[in-house]
Amino acid sequence: MTDKLIPTKQMPPGLQVDQVDDRIMTLNVGPQHPGSGHMRIIVRIDGDYIVDADPDPGYVHRGEEKMAEARNYILNIPHLERPVIHDSCNILYPYVLGVEDLVGIEVTERAKYIRVITAELNRCIYIQYWLAIYGIFLGHSTMFMWPAGDRELLIDLMEKITGARVTHSYFIPGGVRNDVPANFEDVCLRQVNYFEKRIKEYADVFYDNPILKARTEDTGVLSREDAIRLGTTGSVLRASGVDYDVRVKEPYDVYDDLDVHTNVLKAGDSYARSKIPWLDMIESCNIIRQALEKMPKSGSIRTKLKPNPKGKDEEVYRRVESGRGAAGCHIISKSKPEPYRLKLSVGSFRNLIALPYLLKGEKLGNMPAVYWSLNYWPVEADR
Amino acid sequence: MSTAETTPPPKATPPEKVEASAPSFEKSFIDQITNHFSDDVEVEYIKENRTRVNVKKEKIVDVAKFIKDNTPFDHAESVTGVDFPEDKEIGVIYHLGSYTDPAYSKQVLALATRVPREENPNPGNDSTKLSSLREIFYSVEFHEREIFEMLGVYFEGHPDNRRLLLPEDWADLPPLRKDFTNKGR
Repeated sequence: MTDKLIPTKQMPPGLQVDQVDDRIMTLNVGPQHPGSGHMRIIVRIDGDYIVDADPDPGYVHRGEEKMAEARNYILNIPHLERPVIHDSCNILYPYVLGVEDLVGIEVTERAKYIRVITAELNRCIYIQYWLAIYGIFLGHSTMFMWPAGDRELLIDLMEKITGARVTHSYFIPGGVRNDVPANFEDVCLRQVNYFEKRIKEYADVFYDNPILKARTEDTGVLSREDAIRLGTTGSVLRASGVDYDVRVKEPYDVYDDLDVHTNVLKAGDSYARSKIPWLDMIESCNIIRQALEKMPKSGSIRTKLKPNPKGKDEEVYRRVESGRGAAGCHIISKSKPEPYRLKLSVGSFRNLIALPYLLKGEKLGNMPAVYWSLNYWPVEADR
Repeated sequence: MSTAETTPPPKATPPEKVEASAPSFEKSFIDQITNHFSDDVEVEYIKENRTRVNVKKEKIVDVAKFIKDNTPFDHAESVTGVDFPEDKEIGVIYHLGSYTDPAYSKQVLALATRVPREENPNPGNDSTKLSSLREIFYSVEFHEREIFEMLGVYFEGHPDNRRLLLPEDWADLPPLRKDFTNKGR
């Protein structure tokens, strides 16, 4: 691929023309194709086999980073969660932690626990949505209906807490926006226990299903060395046998008080990559139960912030574990109410680099199984 | 890990005070880098688990290679490009992390450099160029492509300097430069 991209005539960067072989057919999957999300994958195929895949994101690029430079630290909250509305708490988390460092405020103990609980609930909501899509693209319509239905349980719970079904805008520097409702502990515990019972049933219909195994096992294998070299993150990394979870390795808020188990599988194939998020949901239920037990029953839920707070004159890089892997937020502040530069380093964008490696040599029919196993969210990657 | 460590220092003195208290763990690789490159690099301990290496753009490949070969940092998590119009420079900051060594899993090493900035950019054909780290840290591939289109920093030696997120026919300024203003604001 690299040889081909060197043009015969010197063209300006970005306008190089690719020379195409007669034998090779180029196929554009996306950006409107439902099998790719809002993203194009330029696949070159030789017969039925993929010779080369070139991901082309950017169809849902919104310029979140540029917008952030014009808004103050509070006004940035609602639009920064837009890249992944299904995981809005986790995508906001590193930003909020970073702003707390810059502004220099403490978070109350109760707010930290509420944050962890809502972040874990949100992780489950996201993974259920992803699982539904993964199921339907493998032609398994039950696996579309079940997660999409069970997801409502937690969405209802989040609606009771935050007032919104998906776009919560719940985390703010200093704590959370509003307190949890009365008898929240009981309701949450009941919902989570039922939810866990439900998702464990997915094993029978999906994860132990011989058809699914035949389609996903040994397809798109990413070795441990490659997973590290390519800098992948989240479920892609952990499915390749690397034990790395930001919640454990660099605990934020109260994760160091909780017992978090990291799910690691060694196979590195599409099956392992699709199983890790499901195991993560079960782990999330454990975390929520622990947090509910340890959460202070009363107390302040946020530290009051000065209106229009100014950040210190420094840089901060914070990261959390989102539903798709580590989400980092790099804020450069220049003693102004707005960030000078804000960079979101998100799991989807980091995992995208693995796609050409995984698809090379696969059959075209395996493309959805491999592509969706990356736990990729096009809107988040484009930001 | 909370904000507890970062709050107390009085506003006037922070940098020197924090530098002095670099823990022995961070000190080991900070010394390793400073001993090898002496005057070419400027290593500062920022706070717990965060270290920053400032380096001239000519030396970035050497320093990155040294870090890759001699310390457990094995991948780039994030690459930030940032425009400094008043300094006539564009900053590029690589955040490096480690998956292989559990002792280093908390650490993030920021490798920062600056390249000259042109008043009238002509991406790819002006002096805003930097050597690519793609051969050393493979994971920077898409990050560098993004910085090329968003700030006009051309990465020499990058095999695939095409647009990534912007449309192919984008003919305006690189949008993350400060002189590109959001429409309607």
